[in-house]
Amino acid sequence: MTYHEMMVKPMREEVTRSGVKELRSVAEVDAALGPGEGTVMVFVNSVCGCAAGGARPALALALQHGVRPQHLYTVFAGQDLDATARARSYLADYQPSSPSVALLRDGEVVHFVHRHMIEGRPPAMLAADLIAAFDKYCAAEGVRDSVSGAGD
Amino acid sequence: MVFHPGHEELHGVTVVVRGRSGRSWVGRYHERTERGILLLDVAIHDPATAPVDRDSWLERLRKFGIKVDSKHVVIPESEATQIELLQPSQA
Repeated sequence: MTYHEMMVKPMREEVTRSGVKELRSVAEVDAALGPGEGTVMVFVNSVCGCAAGGARPALALALQHGVRPQHLYTVFAGQDLDATARARSYLADYQPSSPSVALLRDGEVVHFVHRHMIEGRPPAMLAADLIAAFDKYCAAEGVRDSVSGAGD
Repeated sequence: MVFHPGHEELHGVTVVVRGRSGRSWVGRYHERTERGILLLDVAIHDPATAPVDRDSWLERLRKFGIKVDSKHVVIPESEATQIELLQPSQA
């Protein structure tokens, strides 16, 4: 069952306003997640009130950090079904989970935040975990803001 | 932080239920009814048939997520001996 687009539009925008590109078709997913090098984050968005309602603000907080993955993508589970299924096909052995966050380096999943790791935890705590993962996996090749904080 | 007004506090949260029979279930808690505890999207561990012990099974779930064996399961109150949150992996 998909929800009315008018209802989910704010949930999409809550993610994309942080600079995350939404992938809504299989072709877009393949173009974004196909063979390539570097660091990639995939946020699986969800309508779920308690978990996604915490995950979206956590993601926005984490993406203010100076070290970030080079490429930021999102798919919307339960809404863009084909795109989400295709994105999950790139996540190797990890079971479908929404909301969730996958971090890939050179096409390999190096960090995964499942829904059960999000439930009941405040956004600041989730953001801290994401930032730790960004520092661990993206410092060498991800986006690193200059000391002045400029996002160039 | 509960965004499901009118539901129990555990509604929508992933829990581990340990059974008197030795079986365990991991799934999203939905509600407690007179028939028992209703879980959704459930992974089931039966020590009689599982290839790995319960702890190894739980650790794999924590890392790779819940491989759904059943869309919903009702666990009778007489069977359930313990309910706890599925904690993140410490690995």
